Order: sequence, then structure tokens, then C-alpha cells
Amino acid sequence: MMPVASPARLQEFTLELATNVVHECKDQPGALINALHKLQETFGYVDEAAMPMLAKLFNLSRAEVHGVTSFYHDFRRSKPGHYTIRVCQAEACQAMGSEALTTAIKQLLGCDFHETTADGNFTLEKVYCLGNCACSPNIMVDKQTYGRVTAESFRKLTATLASKAQSSKEGSK
Amino acid sequence: MLTRIYIPRETTASSLGAELLVDAIVTEAKYRNLPIEIVRNGSRGACFLEPLVEIETTSGRVGYGPVQQEDIAELFDANFLSGGKHRLALGNVEELPWFKNQERLTFARCGLIAATSVDAYKSLGGFVGLHNALKKDGKAIVQEVLDSGLRGRGGAAFPTGIKWRTVMDAVDVQKYIVCNADEGDSGTFSDRMIMEGDPLSLVEGMTIAGIAVGATKGFVYLRSEYPLTQTILNEAIVNARAAGYLGDNIQGSGNSFDLEVRMGAGAYICGEETSLLESLEGKRGEIRFKPPLPALKGLFGKPTVVNNVISLATIPVILEKGGKHYANFGRGRSLGTMPFQLGGNIKHGGLVEKAFGLTLRQLIQDFGGGTASGKPIRAVQVGGPLGAYFPDALLDTVCDYEEFAKVGGMLGHGGVVVFDTSVNMAKMARFSMEFCANESCGKCTPCRIGSVRGMETIDKIVGAIDDNERNKQHIILKDLCETMESASLCAMGGLTPMPVMSAVKHFKGDFQ
Ligand SMILES: Cc1cc2nc3c(=O)[nH]c(=O)nc-3n(C[C@H](O)[C@H](O)[C@H](O)COP(=O)(O)O)c2cc1C
Ligand code: SF4
Ligand code: FES
Repeated sequence: MMPVASPARLQEFTLELATNVVHECKDQPGALINALHKLQETFGYVDEAAMPMLAKLFNLSRAEVHGVTSFYHDFRRSKPGHYTIRVCQAEACQAMGSEALTTAIKQLLGCDFHETTADGNFTLEKVYCLGNCACSPNIMVDKQTYGRVTAESFRKLTATLASKAQSSKEGSK
Repeated sequence: MLTRIYIPRETTASSLGAELLVDAIVTEAKYRNLPIEIVRNGSRGACFLEPLVEIETTSGRVGYGPVQQEDIAELFDANFLSGGKHRLALGNVEELPWFKNQERLTFARCGLIAATSVDAYKSLGGFVGLHNALKKDGKAIVQEVLDSGLRGRGGAAFPTGIKWRTVMDAVDVQKYIVCNADEGDSGTFSDRMIMEGDPLSLVEGMTIAGIAVGATKGFVYLRSEYPLTQTILNEAIVNARAAGYLGDNIQGSGNSFDLEVRMGAGAYICGEETSLLESLEGKRGEIRFKPPLPALKGLFGKPTVVNNVISLATIPVILEKGGKHYANFGRGRSLGTMPFQLGGNIKHGGLVEKAFGLTLRQLIQDFGGGTASGKPIRAVQVGGPLGAYFPDALLDTVCDYEEFAKVGGMLGHGGVVVFDTSVNMAKMARFSMEFCANESCGKCTPCRIGSVRGMETIDKIVGAIDDNERNKQHIILKDLCETMESASLCAMGGLTPMPVMSAVKHFKGDFQ
């Protein structure tokens, strides 16, 4: 199982950049969720400091913006690792051993769900169904789904990804 | 001579390495100086053959699969560009019984063509339905849909024509068509497959809906777990607009309709239509009280058609061939075809479109080939996480909405998830409660609190010291399920008891 695409590099949060990336959502009706997606795509999470700006842009209270952000599982409030790995926990994947795979993955990465590995390379999340239920068990790394994953193929994949993450860290120094 | 090679650009194929094949094939062909053209089709739905590479030869389209990167040099050696013999050779794919025995109406084009090409779409009957619709008034279009007998494929199976009539008859300056592409049910992927493999059928279906009811704007609410689908669907929309099939004055008819894709954010409950509408408005996805119906007061308070992807993508063939033609398939009140999705522990998983009327066993055995593990089947969950678990004894149930209801199940969105004998059904029942607790919108107590109590009670049943204690807890679980069923505001809390109680009923021995 070889990695397919390299991820877009996440940027450091600044309010100015945040304001720029959500600007185009301003005139779309009901586009708060679009705006949150844009922030997350740019920075990897939704920074607290963006909340008042969003509230103003969409003419909402800050509590309302908070309420929306916290309702949806997708939106993170803190910076993720270099890669986000989602492991499917839903029924079809369970039928193909996702529980054992999940245990192996946690052991390999040395972290639990909603946590990031010590080296900052991987954040582990769960997901309910990736729509690839005929090729279970499935995981998703950033935007790429991988089917029929085994502990061994996962080990190889993350080893390759870890070295990519490493060289990209060195490249940005 | 230029050889045309089909390699799906589609999530399943991609999850098994299809993107790597594209590079490998291009490189190898260049090295051998063989002129090729690569077409990115969708999947034909045979997931067990993906990545499926097809070659257009003088004697038809022949397939090779599942192909891995390391097979490429060998395939070229075997002269696969001319359909040469190889251990992965499948011959003419359409002649395989798995395809031959299907009845494809909605998925007729899926996997056959470059997915986002308007010309390719038109070459196989695309936009004929729209052109027919443009010659009719709204009433006549709705009548065709009524005649087809089509019932919503998103789960609730409400007659699509009746919903459309309600929106058509509502008087307002603005109406909307909303496509529910949240596809949250585990075990389902038909929405994704059609959006990746034949996205223009959804564009056409939504446009016809807009023209029928008098709506000029449509939204596709797409789950965020489908990023490749988003790219492909947006490409199709751009192409349709460029060819005059979206936008102002569609095909010179004076009708206008345009589409926008909006992404969900990982909340299962946003597949429920009123929660979806809240989410589209940029709010928390909390369920709305009904009435008012979304058909009368939907998106931004305007009359709105909310339909599932498959319902909408089936409209073109209904308008192309006529409602009566569609209604010739199926039986009783379950007319037409259903794209079943075979997943979980299954040998030949994938998408099987068939008229209603075959049995679950036929689906799983004849198409699916039994379990992937080779062990016997123990349980089958149909209809997503809120659907019932069937034991082997119920596998001869006929796939039709009413027959399923009779045995305490539901067809839902057509997902069929197979488990072998290694499954523990008390665990699965607990998972149903846990899922409900995780995904509840929190608006009503039976669901929010009941699901947590349900988990605890199942733990108590499993951990009970004696039968007496166990039976007591079983009674509590049953009561709890009855309360959730009758007092929940929506089907999330209302249907979670279905998988739970079916597990208790058919697999009671596992609960200790
Ligand atoms: C908890 C819950 C989740 C649902 N998820 C979906 C979904 O993911 N996709 C879908 O089309 N319908 C889903 N539905 C059904 C919708 O509420 C609605 O019935 C459907 O979108 C109507 O379209 P149709 O008539 O074409 O089926 C869900 C319902 C409930 C209660
Ligand atoms: S049943 Fe659950 S999901 Fe539905 S409205 Fe009540 S709390 Fe929300
Ligand atoms: S259940 Fe895991 S991909 Fe569908």
C-alpha cells in the first residue's frame, strides 16, 4: 500500500490570512460551515482567535459561532499532526476486523483517538463509514482512502509517510 | 494505432492503488513506444475487481483486474493492449454473470464513460430526459414521476412524485431543490458511485426537478468524507454549465437552474432532511419539528424538494423512457430497481442494481459469493446503522419495502452488510446504542439519554451474575427501546431500537 498524494502544507495561523480565506464566503447565504472548512483546510484547525471575526462576518453572536463549530465532528480546535489518519469504526469494517486493526494502529502509533503522535507526524481520529464498505477495513489519510488495510500495510504506509513528513519539516527549516 | 485504456478515477479503485496504475501504464507505454489514450471512467461497481483496467479492442472492451502496480510490465508483456491472455484477464466484462444478471437503469452508464464528459454522457442517452421534460409542463413531468412509482431511495421510501407535486403547488418566488448526498449509512456507497461515475445524471435529474416544480437553484449537500466525489461533481457541473445544461436559459428553453455543492462536516444526523437544511443554512444540525414540511417551508423557509442522490439520478431514465417503463420493473408497491450495495464480510462486494423482488440470499450468494472469510454467514444488517440484523433463517426475505417491514426490518438506502460466525451480536447491539449516543443531535431526551442508558443496560445484561438478573435487565432494555421508538422526535432515536431488538430477538444467546 503506497501513499498516493502528498498533503497540502498547513499554514501558521494569522488573523489576517484567516480573514482573507473566508472573505469569499461573505455573500453566500448560510456559508458559515464553508468558512469553517476553509479555515481548517488552511490551518488544520479552527483557531479561537478567528471566532469574533466569523461572528462579525456572518452577523452572528460569538456563542452561535461556537455552537456551530462544536456541533460538527470535523472541526478541530487545536493544530493536528502532519497527517490526519481516520480509521473507520462502522459496521462493514467491523465485519472485516476493524477492531483488531484499530488496536494495532493505536499500538503502532503509540496514541489513542483524538491524539497526536509524539513526533507530531500523525493525528488519529475515528470515522463512521468512508463509503468503501466492499473493501473493508478502511482508513483515510488526509483526503485519500485506503482499502483492505492490514496492520502490516499500515506499518509500511506510515513508515513512508513519516519519512515524507520528516523531509518536509527539514525542508521548511 | 492509439489504444484506449479505461482506469477508474473513483474512491474504491483509488483506495486500492488506481492512481499509481495511471503513472505506471503511461510510463511503460512510453518506454515501449505504444500510443495510448487513458480515459478516466467511474467504477462499474464490481469492487472486488478494482482496480479494473479495461482496454478497447477490435473485439470489444476487455477487462483486467484487480490490477496492481507490479502487474503492469507483465501485462504489457502479455500484450494486454490487444486483449492478450493473462491471469488477470476477465474477457468482456459485461459478459461476466455478475454484470449480466443485473438490471441497470439508474447505473446504466456508470463506469462506461469518461465520468464528467457531456459528449460521452449524451452518447449514451444523457439529457434525452431533460429534452423530453422541456417539452412538457410541470404537471406532466410530475405525472411521469408519479407513474414511475419511484419512492425515495434515501431511506423513508416516500413517493417522489407526491413530494414534487406539493412543492410545485406551493406558491412562492423562490423554491429550492436540495440533493441529500450525506450518505451516512454504513454499508452504503451507491450515492458516491453514481456521483463519481455518472455525475451528470444527478445534474440532469436535479435540473428536471427544478423545471418541474419551478425552482431555479439547487444545492448538493455532500458529506465531507467524499473529497474525490466533490472534485468530480464540481467538474461535471462546470462542464454542464459550459454546454448550456445549467445556468440561464437552459438549451434555449427560457428555464434557468443552477447548482452548488456544499460540504457537510462529519455529522451523521445531518442526513436527516430537516437537520440537513439547518446545516445548509450554516447552523447546528438540530432536527426541526414537523410540520411544517420542508416541501412547504424548507431551505431558508422556502418550498424545497429534498431528495436522495439515487432518487434524483433516476429521474433522467424515467423521463427518457417513460414512467410506465420504469414501473415495469419491481413488484407490488416497490417499483423500479434498487441499487443494492454488498459490503462487509463478502467475497464479491459491490453495487448490484436489480428490480425489487429477489431475495436477500440471492443477493448475497449469487452476486456476493458468500463471505470473504469462507466461514458461514451469521448475521446480515440491511439498511444502515438503523436497520435490523437478519439471521440466516430470514435470508429468504424478498427485497421489497413491504416484505422487509413484515419481518421487522427495512431496506433503507439498500446497504447489505454481511457478518460471519465470528461476530458477537451483543457487541453489535451495544455499538448501535453507542453510535446513537455519539451522533444524536441532542434535542430530545429519549434519544440523547436513552442511548447512553441503552449501552449501560447491555453491559449489565452481558455482565449479569445470573439469569434472574439478566432477565431483569432484558426487560429494562425492552422498555427503554419502546420509549425511544415512540417518544423520539426523529428516526435516529426512533429506529436505533431496530438493530438492537433484532439482535436480542435473533441472537439472544450472545447476550451473556
Ligand atoms: C438519522 C437519519 C439519517 C438520514 N440520513 C440520510 C442520508 O444520509 N441520505 C439520505 O438521502 N437520506 C437520509 N435520511 C432520510 C432523509 O431524512 C430524507 O427522508 C431523504 O433525504 C428524502 O429523500 P428521498 O425521498 O429521495 O429518499 C436520513 C434520515 C434519518 C432519520
Ligand atoms: S431523536 Fe435524537 S437525533 Fe432525533 S431529534 Fe431527538 S435527539 Fe435529535
Ligand atoms: S463501514 Fe467502513 S467504509 Fe463503510
